[in-house]
Amino acid sequence: MGLLEGRLEDGFMVTSLEAAVNWARESSLWPMTFGLACCAIEMMATGAPRYDIDRFGAGAFRATPRQADLMIVAGTVNLKMADRVRRLYNQMPDPKFVIAMGACTCGGGPYYKYGYNVAKGVDLVVPVDVYVPGCPPRPEALLEGLMRIQDKIHKMREFTKGDLAQLPTPARTGRVQLPPELADPAKAVAFLAETKERAKPVKA
Amino acid sequence: MAAAEITTLLESQFGSAITGTKLDSLDPFATVEPSKLVDVCLFLRDDPRLKFALLNDITGVDYLEPDAKKATKAGFEAHLEVIYHLSSFAFPGRRFTLKLVLPRWKDNVVGVLPEVPSVSGVWRTADWHEREVYDLVGVLFTGHPNLVRILLNDDWVGHPLRKDYEFPLEYHGIRCR
Repeated sequence: MGLLEGRLEDGFMVTSLEAAVNWARESSLWPMTFGLACCAIEMMATGAPRYDIDRFGAGAFRATPRQADLMIVAGTVNLKMADRVRRLYNQMPDPKFVIAMGACTCGGGPYYKYGYNVAKGVDLVVPVDVYVPGCPPRPEALLEGLMRIQDKIHKMREFTKGDLAQLPTPARTGRVQLPPELADPAKAVAFLAETKERAKPVKA
Repeated sequence: MAAAEITTLLESQFGSAITGTKLDSLDPFATVEPSKLVDVCLFLRDDPRLKFALLNDITGVDYLEPDAKKATKAGFEAHLEVIYHLSSFAFPGRRFTLKLVLPRWKDNVVGVLPEVPSVSGVWRTADWHEREVYDLVGVLFTGHPNLVRILLNDDWVGHPLRKDYEFPLEYHGIRCR
């Protein structure tokens, strides 16, 4: 406690309960050990001494969702895993936060088009607070994502009267809306032919 | 023993069950009648001149050109192939390949999977390989001890590595495309 040493009258300090609780929460985010694919290697590097996620109080990787505050979804979520991801998320105590780490969890990544078995983004499965893009993202990027989570906690007003703290809801549900000219296959073919025609160089 | 000798040995032993051979390819292979597969495999494994004790891999290939315009130029009829790669410990470096040619659907009824006798009794390795081929390509291995999907969920519909496979729109409430 170097900062506060010898500064307080009788050891008292006045602050709001929310600020104190938020400070405690953001300084001891316990992530869940949740490596699904190659991003997990980068998550492990973030936990290792060189990048040292412990500096931000988030180094205590828990092996059970019941002790975790933060789920770092590191890696491709396939549909077989998606059920389990949702279940683990439901088992975490509130308040809980989710980081979608890497291209696959942000939106399907390289499996977007032909991955028959990959969920096109973990936000279709659980609500996501922070997206960390990259393939895989560097440890610094994950630390940045962690700090954005801490910012979010910093602004939580859980004990204030009025609206209850809103849990994040999934940002994307439902299907991708294609523009009307691409909506059905026949129209799409016609549209592509037309674009091709338009792209032809004009003869002088 | 070169591939040519192996095929002549197989042909002398099984006659018409060996429906074709190709020796000038990178992996020389013999095509086998599916009903005789287990006999051929047992012979390949146990005959002292062959001793193919190791099954490297079982693969399924779907030969289908989904585009009707290109189908005439594709150079093959629509069919499935199941390929067995063998090698030998007793004679290091010796390899051989077996192929089965199957219809895409049994009796041409769409949705009924073609059947192949399981070789999991010959090589234990075949157990999981056959489950994988069943899962992804859709070949029913009769006599398999536990033919359930190995990679995809048990309630998955269809076999994704078939060329005419259509992605599910939604799976357990998760949008898929």
